[in-house]
Amino acid sequence: MDANLKKQLEIQACKIRMGILTGVYYAKSGHPGGSLSIADTLTYLYFNKMNVDPEDPDNQDRDRFVLSKGHTAPALYSTLANKGFFSLEELKSLRHIGALLQGHPCIHIPGVDMSSGSLGQGISVAAGMALSGKISNKSYKVYTVLGDGEIEEGQVWEAAMFAAHYKLDNLVAVVDNNGLQIDGAIKDVMSPYSITDKFKAFGWYVIDADAHDFDSLDAAFTEADTVKDKPVVIVQKSVKGKGVSFMENQVSWHGTAPNAQQYADAMSELESTLKGLEG
Amino acid sequence: MADVIKKATRESYGEALAEFGEKYDNLYVFDADLAAATKTGIFKKKFPERFFDCGIAEADMMGVAAGMAATGKIPFASTFAMFAAGRAYEIVRNSIGYPHLNVKIGATHAGISVGEDGATHQCNEDIALMRTIPGMTIINPADDVEAKAAVEAAILHDGPVYMRFGRLAAPVFNDKSTYKFELGKGIELVAGSDIAIVATGLMVSEAIEAAKTLSVDGISARVINIHTIKPIDKDIIVKAAKETGKIVTVEEHSVIGGLGSAVCDVVSEFCPVPVKKIGVNDEFGHSGPAVDLLKEFGLCSDNIVKTVKEFIK
Repeated sequence: MDANLKKQLEIQACKIRMGILTGVYYAKSGHPGGSLSIADTLTYLYFNKMNVDPEDPDNQDRDRFVLSKGHTAPALYSTLANKGFFSLEELKSLRHIGALLQGHPCIHIPGVDMSSGSLGQGISVAAGMALSGKISNKSYKVYTVLGDGEIEEGQVWEAAMFAAHYKLDNLVAVVDNNGLQIDGAIKDVMSPYSITDKFKAFGWYVIDADAHDFDSLDAAFTEADTVKDKPVVIVQKSVKGKGVSFMENQVSWHGTAPNAQQYADAMSELESTLKGLEG
Repeated sequence: MADVIKKATRESYGEALAEFGEKYDNLYVFDADLAAATKTGIFKKKFPERFFDCGIAEADMMGVAAGMAATGKIPFASTFAMFAAGRAYEIVRNSIGYPHLNVKIGATHAGISVGEDGATHQCNEDIALMRTIPGMTIINPADDVEAKAAVEAAILHDGPVYMRFGRLAAPVFNDKSTYKFELGKGIELVAGSDIAIVATGLMVSEAIEAAKTLSVDGISARVINIHTIKPIDKDIIVKAAKETGKIVTVEEHSVIGGLGSAVCDVVSEFCPVPVKKIGVNDEFGHSGPAVDLLKEFGLCSDNIVKTVKEFIK
């Protein structure tokens, strides 16, 4: 990837992380850990990959995105706000009564293609969107992001069977492998490993990626475009809480909002990261 | 009723899909390995490129249908009522109901008249479950004519619809040439002033029979067919409550949460009158021939007559 583009994406991702923190802080609840772990992936998709336009959000030929791990809505909202679907100010009323931004993604929010949050359901919907595109000869792609804990849900594997059976090569699923779920490490709670072998066995084309390296993400999503007759899964190794040092790899930050001091510390760390990137 | 034609509404459903598939090229059908039983196979034969089997995976089927609807198509998702409303309840709620997507759920083999398969497959709870989902329309047609008209009404309605069809052949009492289906409107089939029998689905023809028997004994029973259980026709129920003062509800469904409950919700608020509910009581069904089961569980004209007579004493 072009070095300048990479830097621009890194800057954008840092801003998206700041929006995540702001949203969760003002909400006094929400899920920062898994939002931060997918911030780079959403940055890549919305700022370098997907055909979406905030000025034309309902275009029938647009690429679709379904956040199957819907609890990480702050990441999607911050990305959409940074992209211009609604104002950054909206992030401060996330989860508030009467606000636009619901605790989990809602289809009525500009830029949100599907309501989600009950785990395991988004991938089926994404498969339905992909099937619809195929039978209508549309060239759009459908992207969905699942948690690694989420794939413990049985419906995920029903959908995996379906997508492979109908050869949905316009569907790209990302499994965000940060290794942690609410009750602890996924390997201890209910191991979904080997994630790659399972998807291979279900007939998917599997790509490994580093969730925090834009070169790796670029290689993975570019390779996904070349695959024919199979759905693609990108299993991305990620760090829960990525970008905020005291949140990294801590399961306690799965569903906890920072207090005022922690918010200030997190924002100051991200501001210095941003300064470093902007040089 | 020897010369009356009988037909299962699941059959009507399959035929209607095939018929309207012609008229509406945006219509797609999904099934979960039950196309022969739900009769979506009739559509599959005619439009194989618009039929998708999801295998035995009802949760995924509902989600896939939601995705199709989110891209502007009109998907029908079919399986038995037990799996559509029961197993897939939460997917129907969260992936179809909450985003208010234009998915039509064709649930067949509803109620106790599934017969020999027994309790695991006799879904007497689906209306109750679907009623709790905001924005869900629920249609329970009474015969072939109504079922076919209901399928087209569902196609034309923008929003999720749960349609309930039966396995047992039911008498066809509506006249196709004059019948008009209006979503959300009950139909007064028999005039009467002593009591109102409010029925739905398979029980409507039993209610008509009961009214005939009652009239011989000098009891004037009004019969109302409620094909749309949600949104329910308040006006026709309140009018019946005011004019007759007593209501009996009849449904092939649990007395908890179904038509009877919906009618009670209306009358308790707008015109309180005594209501007696005929339906499956708080118990599971069991195996047996459908007609015998219906008799055993009191879902027949004889029991309606008996209940009405005791009620108006």
